[in-house]
Amino acid sequence: MSERKYKIPDYLMNENLTPEQEAIIKRELEGKQVHIISPSPLDILPGIYDYHDTSVLNNQFIAALPAANRMQTIEDLLERDKQREKDGFPRRIRIGKIVKPSKDKKDRIVVVPTTTEPKFVHDNSITEEDEASTGGSGEGEEGEVIGERQVHPEEDGEGQGAGEGSAGEHDVSSDAFDLGKVLTEKFALPNLKAKGKKRSFTKYTYELTDRNRESGQLLDKKETIRSIIKTNILLGNIVGEDEIDPSELVLDPKDKTYRILSKEKDFETQAVVFFIRDYSGSMHGKPTEVIATQHLFIYSWLMYQYKKNVETRFILHDQVAKEVPDFYTYHNSQVAGGTSIYPSYQMVNDIVHEEQLAKDNNIYVFHGTDGDDWNRDGEQAIMEIKKMLLFVNRFGITVAKNAWSNANKTTVETYIDNSKLLRQYPKLVRLDSMSSESADEARIIEGIRRLIGE
Amino acid sequence: MYLVDQHLKAIMEECKARARDAGLNFGEETLEYIVTNRDLIELSPKLMIPTMYDYWVHDVEVLKGQGRYKVYPTNPYETVINSRPAISFYNDNNPDWLNIMIFYHVLAHIDFFQNNTYFEKTWDDDFVGQALADKRMIVNLRSEHGRWVDYVIEFSRSINNLTGYYQELAKSNLPSERIVSDKIEFYFGTFLQDIKKLPSHEIFEEIEKYNKMNAENEDADGNAFFYEVQKKYPEFNAVHKRQKEKEAKPHTSLMEFIRDNSSFLKQEDNAWMKSIMDIVRYTSLYFDPQIRTKILNEGWASYWHDQLFRIDDRITGHEVDYAKTNAGVTSLSRIGLNPYAIGLRLLQHIEELTDKGKLDYNFQKIDDIELRNAYDKHTGGGKRAIFDIRSKFSDYTLINTFVSQDFIDKYDLFVVGMRRNEERGTVEYYVKSRKVEDYKKMLIDSLYHPPKVEIDKDKTDDSNLYLTHRFEGKQLVKDYIPDTMIGIEYLWGGQVQLETTEIIRKRPESEDAEQEFEHKRVLYTIKDRKITKKDM
Repeated sequence: MSERKYKIPDYLMNENLTPEQEAIIKRELEGKQVHIISPSPLDILPGIYDYHDTSVLNNQFIAALPAANRMQTIEDLLERDKQREKDGFPRRIRIGKIVKPSKDKKDRIVVVPTTTEPKFVHDNSITEEDEASTGGSGEGEEGEVIGERQVHPEEDGEGQGAGEGSAGEHDVSSDAFDLGKVLTEKFALPNLKAKGKKRSFTKYTYELTDRNRESGQLLDKKETIRSIIKTNILLGNIVGEDEIDPSELVLDPKDKTYRILSKEKDFETQAVVFFIRDYSGSMHGKPTEVIATQHLFIYSWLMYQYKKNVETRFILHDQVAKEVPDFYTYHNSQVAGGTSIYPSYQMVNDIVHEEQLAKDNNIYVFHGTDGDDWNRDGEQAIMEIKKMLLFVNRFGITVAKNAWSNANKTTVETYIDNSKLLRQYPKLVRLDSMSSESADEARIIEGIRRLIGE
Repeated sequence: MYLVDQHLKAIMEECKARARDAGLNFGEETLEYIVTNRDLIELSPKLMIPTMYDYWVHDVEVLKGQGRYKVYPTNPYETVINSRPAISFYNDNNPDWLNIMIFYHVLAHIDFFQNNTYFEKTWDDDFVGQALADKRMIVNLRSEHGRWVDYVIEFSRSINNLTGYYQELAKSNLPSERIVSDKIEFYFGTFLQDIKKLPSHEIFEEIEKYNKMNAENEDADGNAFFYEVQKKYPEFNAVHKRQKEKEAKPHTSLMEFIRDNSSFLKQEDNAWMKSIMDIVRYTSLYFDPQIRTKILNEGWASYWHDQLFRIDDRITGHEVDYAKTNAGVTSLSRIGLNPYAIGLRLLQHIEELTDKGKLDYNFQKIDDIELRNAYDKHTGGGKRAIFDIRSKFSDYTLINTFVSQDFIDKYDLFVVGMRRNEERGTVEYYVKSRKVEDYKKMLIDSLYHPPKVEIDKDKTDDSNLYLTHRFEGKQLVKDYIPDTMIGIEYLWGGQVQLETTEIIRKRPESEDAEQEFEHKRVLYTIKDRKITKKDM
């Protein structure tokens, strides 16, 4: 990532900033923060206990493990999980980590059920050592680099030891298909309106439109008579304008024309979903993790549920907004800069306007931020939101609060509240705020529900 | 799943004879099964124990396709299980030569299971039979108590890493008759050394004095001796008494403590829960030695499949195939830790050290590298030494004792560091250190080590269970704490508290400042399934 330096903008210098605010701004500009959303590098390498005879000696075993043959179906397990809640215990079946973003735009999403058995165990991710380490052998001086790996490798969920990419391709199919249900049963896009029709790939209707000779569900009399006449003209039974004697006509079985049931692709409404993510300096650490995870969930679910009928657009912003082409870039980009929210809203409005998206599409906008905005009155942002409300079906803001702003309302919350938009348009605007430190997967999913709930 | 055919069984029996000739020692009977992928899917979540009780988490694992947890190591499943007779599993389309190699590997594992002292507690029973009985019991309980059985399994499993494996092991190792009395041992071992901190020559003088008196008066209890002691240290008897009282409260693991003291479990209606706790605890204890000897066990098996197969005439024509397979199993990774490779190298290293007489003070005194390399007293005994290692050592003691600078230099080992390269957007692996201290620390850090969570008996009563986590440089996984405590609260039937330490990453003062850390002691309290946390 190239380094970007910003100056504190003039409009901020003119205001009387409290030392605290100044400190936050400075930190954001100068910090050398890293937005960590990838797992620890150690997780990629097999540890001592990932090696075992079954895989090492007979390695043909493990490679071929299909996820079939289950003792309980996923439905049973989900049912059990629901029961847990009634019994007063937390649910335990979760949506597995599902990163399979790829640059070539092939939507590879892995949704797997997973569960953990909670225990008191040591947390290896936080130590006072500066970095993770493992063993190695061979040549090389101390300090010499002997290998490298992309920060965001393709992950295979729970890899079975053998290094990177061993589990092969998982597409939205087979087991993932079952488990997409886990997410899907929970959500549906709200306020979906019948706008702009597009051929569906998933929905079909059955109509008696196709014709078939000799057999079928319904005799098409008109067509059959037409066919009989044609045949008889050819045979010379019907000549010129003479009176026709029906009893003279020959009836070829092939003339009988029937209507048969046919499968037709139905039309579906379509939607465009905008994802906006704040990737400024203050998003360092947990907030980025929360937002990236939440958007990954939403994205996976949309891809699973609505497939080709949902178009997705990705916008990143710090002080300026930029559109990125795919989820991979969206999910993995990082930068350290200041925060200004309205340019991203403006960009959504511009795109929608220029491409005339609102005419044929339902439009959804999801914005993830830590609630920090240098434009503290939010005047421009509110203005852009108001424009957006003219066409949007749902606008959802997630505020993943930083540790230091936990107790207080963040800038964004404050100006959204003051604007009274939430009360005026409860069906259109939603805001969910959580503490990013304590937000676990369940909370993130709950957040999605709040954003898209009816 | 079916038994191997006569042809393969004959090959196995031949392997057994040769392995016995080489000195391996294992039970007469073994069972070999051919398993299909389908069998394996069912077996792997159950850690290869065919008769293991059913549990829904296993099913999720199966659904997930590959049943391993990443956050903490689970017990490794093996091609061979430590049952009586030992059972091993094979693919149905292996060529004979490969099966011979695997047979030797398996026989060495069986030898290890049956001779390594860490497995002592597993020697009396056949676990497969035990597990079957347990499974039936759980099925019966399920028909009576329904899903609550699964909750109790779940909550018991949530503390099944706090079973007191070493305490259990220690009990069996105490000699039946102490050679010297308590008091004498305490006087010389603890009182003079740790409390009075006498220099060693004075302690030796004391021992001398005692031996003399003992020889003269046949006073094994040291009555006369302690009469003298009393004069010199009037407080001795009192100190000894206090010490004895302390020891009278034996250490109990969390699992045992809850089982024996929970007011909830004491209710007659809930007595069945204790049986489940015992099943879960016993199962966990059964796997404990396996996970604590992973490196040594795999090293031992690799050592023997290589030794035995290379001199086996049935290798003829498959030397290259074997070399390739063996290299795949035992080559040292460029980056990463392969327990087979490390274990094998350590055993070979120890064998060589012993053969050359290097396990000797005279050798250790030598600094000169040339002299060290050339040192060879032709003492022999290397084989015996590694047999001793296999009987008495675990991964920890093996690494701690024998990973030396010589070992690291010999095999070109090093610690790999990982750091981010922001410019290239990559994680770099680099040679971080070739020093023995660092390498040893890295190895030991990667060994299985459950946290030490103890019961503070002073703060515990019927209504409150007070646990303290002894901080060893790592905090507990925070996400798991509430859910684990819910389980403990359920089994305990009252409030539960956990005292633990968290590592706080301080916000750096400036860009170049070193990352600083802070330790904070916190107290979690759970009551009526509501969890709260406060700083201490």
